Amino acid sequence: MDEKKTAWERLQLVHTKGRPTVRELIPLIFTDFYEMHGDRLCGDDKAIVGGVAMLDGTPVTVIGQVKGRDINENKQCNFAMPHPEGYRKALRLARQAEKFHRPIICFIDTPGAFCGIAAEERGQGEAIAKNIAEFMTLRTPILSIVLGEGGSGGALALGVCDELAMLENAEYSVVSPRGFASILWKDASREEEACNIMKITAEDMVRLGVAETVIEEPLGGAHNDLDKISENIKEYLSLKIEEKLQKDIDVLLKERYTKFRKIGDFQE
Amino acid sequence: MGLDNFFDVVKKRLSGSAEDDTAVYVKCPRCQYQIVQERFEELHRVCPHCNYHGRLSCTERLAITVDKDSFHEFDSNMISCDPIQFPEYTEKQEELRRETGLKDAVVTGVAQIRGISAVVGVMDSRYMMASMGSVVGEKITRAFEYATEHGLPVILFTASGGARMQEGIVSLMQMAKTSGAVKYHSDNGGLYITVLTDPTTGGVTASFASLGDVIIAEPKVLIGFAGRRVIESTIRQRLPGDFQLAEFMQEHGFVDMIVDRKKMRSTLAHLLKLHGYAPKEG
Repeated sequence: MDEKKTAWERLQLVHTKGRPTVRELIPLIFTDFYEMHGDRLCGDDKAIVGGVAMLDGTPVTVIGQVKGRDINENKQCNFAMPHPEGYRKALRLARQAEKFHRPIICFIDTPGAFCGIAAEERGQGEAIAKNIAEFMTLRTPILSIVLGEGGSGGALALGVCDELAMLENAEYSVVSPRGFASILWKDASREEEACNIMKITAEDMVRLGVAETVIEEPLGGAHNDLDKISENIKEYLSLKIEEKLQKDIDVLLKERYTKFRKIGDFQE
Repeated sequence: MGLDNFFDVVKKRLSGSAEDDTAVYVKCPRCQYQIVQERFEELHRVCPHCNYHGRLSCTERLAITVDKDSFHEFDSNMISCDPIQFPEYTEKQEELRRETGLKDAVVTGVAQIRGISAVVGVMDSRYMMASMGSVVGEKITRAFEYATEHGLPVILFTASGGARMQEGIVSLMQMAKTSGAVKYHSDNGGLYITVLTDPTTGGVTASFASLGDVIIAEPKVLIGFAGRRVIESTIRQRLPGDFQLAEFMQEHGFVDMIVDRKKMRSTLAHLLKLHGYAPKEG
């Protein structure tokens, strides 16, 4: 593991062409993946992929934010920025997973929820809030992994889980560094400076109690060896699913609540 | 705390009237109507021209909402630390605490509304635009946990610019923490009424503000996830004037009722009663 890289250097890595997307990783990690479409309310958001699959003999539900490999794919999936119907599709599939006692695996990779007129009209805030609240009490194990970037509530909507893992170069933040610079300093060009003071690396996440595990990337970054990174993710998932499935569900839910309950830095 | 913390204060000189020379006017942010500050105060900061409901401090809000002397505050000394060692955050907070007399952006406690007990929380936009950091997250969470434990309803007056950037990822996690506490309160059968006040946006809209069993909004207040400027720069076009106002959100199905300030106390009392909560005996 190369721990010398700055947050900014890691962000560049995450934005490198060839960084594995969830659609590339799914067939390498799982077998028999069947994709499911739509939120049953309004539409099918291509910024979120979801379905059922087999992980080492265990049926699981897979949900993830979709980045494209090129500009055309990115236009299709809206650069991994979901609309409310994407989050509602995720919730529908998560509830389905709960019904059939399947663990849920979420892949986070988004700059944030989409900011637009239609997204507001259809309740972007409500959709995210509902996911966060509902995921907290879903009676099945939930594991989330940040693949590249996890930005704002749009990431957290798939981030309420029993354990969070970060790929070694992945980053998780309250808002994208660009957004941060633009909101706080009214100057988006100070993105690099923002990135380096925001504490958004995998290491920061473990230190702040947000993530439990860092998944090692191949030398130079995940894009250098898709087989290797898939193998590392699969190994992690198999181990954790086994562990979580053995737990009493009420204990698991209590631990899930406590994981978030204890995050905060205040004095009285 | 003067009005200038909430509005642009317009000093207007009226010709021919010596007395009015020094009158201080404020401008309604919705319709630009100008009104003498004293009159506006008398109207509890409701614009007489367009009915926009202006921002109140938490003290003012409690005074017009809960029974006199019934409010018992929780966690009144909680202050935020500096989880990501953000430059000048500690200094900024010290300064704000001095200026506003507040410890952070929310006040929570238990009170009576027409004799009915409820856990009540009020956010105050004077403190860093009522952004949610560790203190807001912890106090809201504790308020719900207290209500769950004591079988009480919760009423929150929300206002917020969103997550508190200066606390980084820790502020984002407060969305999960608070929403989790809301969920357990709900699963336990507790009533939660949200009153959306100006402005309720960002991470607060995307967490506890949107989770009420009943969602009330004050007229003409701003409610949304993304900020107007962010959307305009994303889609490169101007947004209509009523976009993200309470009436717009009701039209799109996200607000149950829009209630005037002068009817808020009675509306809340009736709703509490309709959900089976009764005044204390004696």
